[in-house]
Amino acid sequence: MEILVCVKRVPTVGGKIAVTPDGQEVDTRMSGFSISPHEECAVEEAVQITERDGGTVSVLTLGPEDAIEQLRGALALGAGRAVLLETDGREFGPIATAAAIAAEVRAHGYDLVLLGNEAADTGDYQVGIRVAHELGWPVATGIKQLSVSAGTLVARREYRGVEEAYELPLPAVVTVKEGINLPRYPSLPGRLRAKRAPVERSAPAWAAEGLRKEALRVPPSSKHQATVLGNGPEAVPELVRVLDEWGIVS
Amino acid sequence: MSVLCLVELDGAEPADASLRALTLARSAGRDINAALFAEAAPEATLASYGVAGAYLIEPSAVEGYAPLAWARALAGLATQTGATAVLAAGSDRGQEVLAHLGAITGLPMAANCTEFRSEADGVHRLVRQRWGGLLAEDAILEAPVALLTVATDAVPGVPAETAAVIGVHVYKPELAEADLHVRAVESPAGAGGASLATARVVIGGGRGVGGADGFAPLEELAGLLGGVVGVSRVVTSEGWRPHKQQVGQTGTKITPELYLACGISGAIQHIAGCAGAKHIIAINTDPGAPILAHADYAIIGDLHQVIPALVAALRER
Repeated sequence: MEILVCVKRVPTVGGKIAVTPDGQEVDTRMSGFSISPHEECAVEEAVQITERDGGTVSVLTLGPEDAIEQLRGALALGAGRAVLLETDGREFGPIATAAAIAAEVRAHGYDLVLLGNEAADTGDYQVGIRVAHELGWPVATGIKQLSVSAGTLVARREYRGVEEAYELPLPAVVTVKEGINLPRYPSLPGRLRAKRAPVERSAPAWAAEGLRKEALRVPPSSKHQATVLGNGPEAVPELVRVLDEWGIVS
Repeated sequence: MSVLCLVELDGAEPADASLRALTLARSAGRDINAALFAEAAPEATLASYGVAGAYLIEPSAVEGYAPLAWARALAGLATQTGATAVLAAGSDRGQEVLAHLGAITGLPMAANCTEFRSEADGVHRLVRQRWGGLLAEDAILEAPVALLTVATDAVPGVPAETAAVIGVHVYKPELAEADLHVRAVESPAGAGGASLATARVVIGGGRGVGGADGFAPLEELAGLLGGVVGVSRVVTSEGWRPHKQQVGQTGTKITPELYLACGISGAIQHIAGCAGAKHIIAINTDPGAPILAHADYAIIGDLHQVIPALVAALRER
């Protein structure tokens, strides 16, 4: 099994998120970078599949040279090969991103392409599907359980309390969600190997798209600092009164 | 200008997320048409939301949920009705079907919109959620047909000022066999009960619960209030509770009347999941916890004392 996992370098946001004064990006002066939880799970899933059935995991990112940090993170978890689709600082939209990924898939040849269900930052919910259409492959999205055997995979997710199972012939594209597995921590030998591993590079073409960002902003919040009802169990009668007022209890 | 909106059903009625999509659809054009993969249309509700044409996709053509076939049917219907915008709810299915539609047509797709207006032919201004709703993006969309999904937790569903006179039609899509290859085989999910996404009351548990065995009082309280338990990411990462109970950017987005956040500090990825709650009350030992900046009320104290006391008070009533 040749598996390609696509990841994206995004700012790590903890307790707060702020925008740069020009409104063009997230202020990262106080934050590090990581990949989204969905993508951590995609890497883990790929590594588990190849540990069981053999094969190689390649990890790909489209981004600036700094995104090699995220490729090395995936290498430390068990990916064997890393590909950087290097950008020149311009933000790629979902159509150009999918075209660049599809070109790498055609050039190298894979049985399975895994992505996160949506990128943490842009939340476009479409790159995996566009990659599948570029390649003419079947695709399943939002997957929480995956089993592979003899050229077929069964992908499962839940929708409104109902389990959906999709059967796809390989090659296929699957986007996964956090919860499909519990990602491992990198081992020390894994980290040492990742440090020395080569990174293959290419520079895909940027193209303008019909959806264009003007500015990012923190939306006005309807919530304010909470009114403290009291301390400990003594505050319970006051809490019940509020629940009453809102019609939560009758 | 004609707008086509995919309407998902919850039983016989439109799903809450689809009512929100229909509400935003009215700011995208005058003639609102709805596409339904169902045998009957909830005519009264659709009319009250301004839908003039309900198109039932012929059930024999698409049995069950097949994302590509649904998108192909929407593409055909959009052409037939002359739609300048196609909308769907920002649900798993809505995102998936519109992304397929974007790929089929080569058009851009804007996910999780909260505002939309057309400036000129094929030029639109919109606001959409980024970072799970923690940031808003002002954007311009240039496309002959605008494809968008509507945030499930931001735009409230509001009926039209005047109801439309609705006509119901059956539409037979032209599908290739390959469009039906990827299809959902449905079976009841493991745990039954109310769904987190649509629950009226959610009792949230975080690190402060302390461990896998600490959730019984929260479950009991949820039962008393007709709600369900939701948890923060640390709880699922620790394996205390299954991931399907996670509220957050990478879990479930909730829109309850009440979210009672117990022992949850309020990391931003969690706020992305619960910001759509009408009311938030936090129970936390730390008066400086970030969750307090997003809550209506707070009780400063240990959830292990407050929750049992609340359960006892509710039982006495």
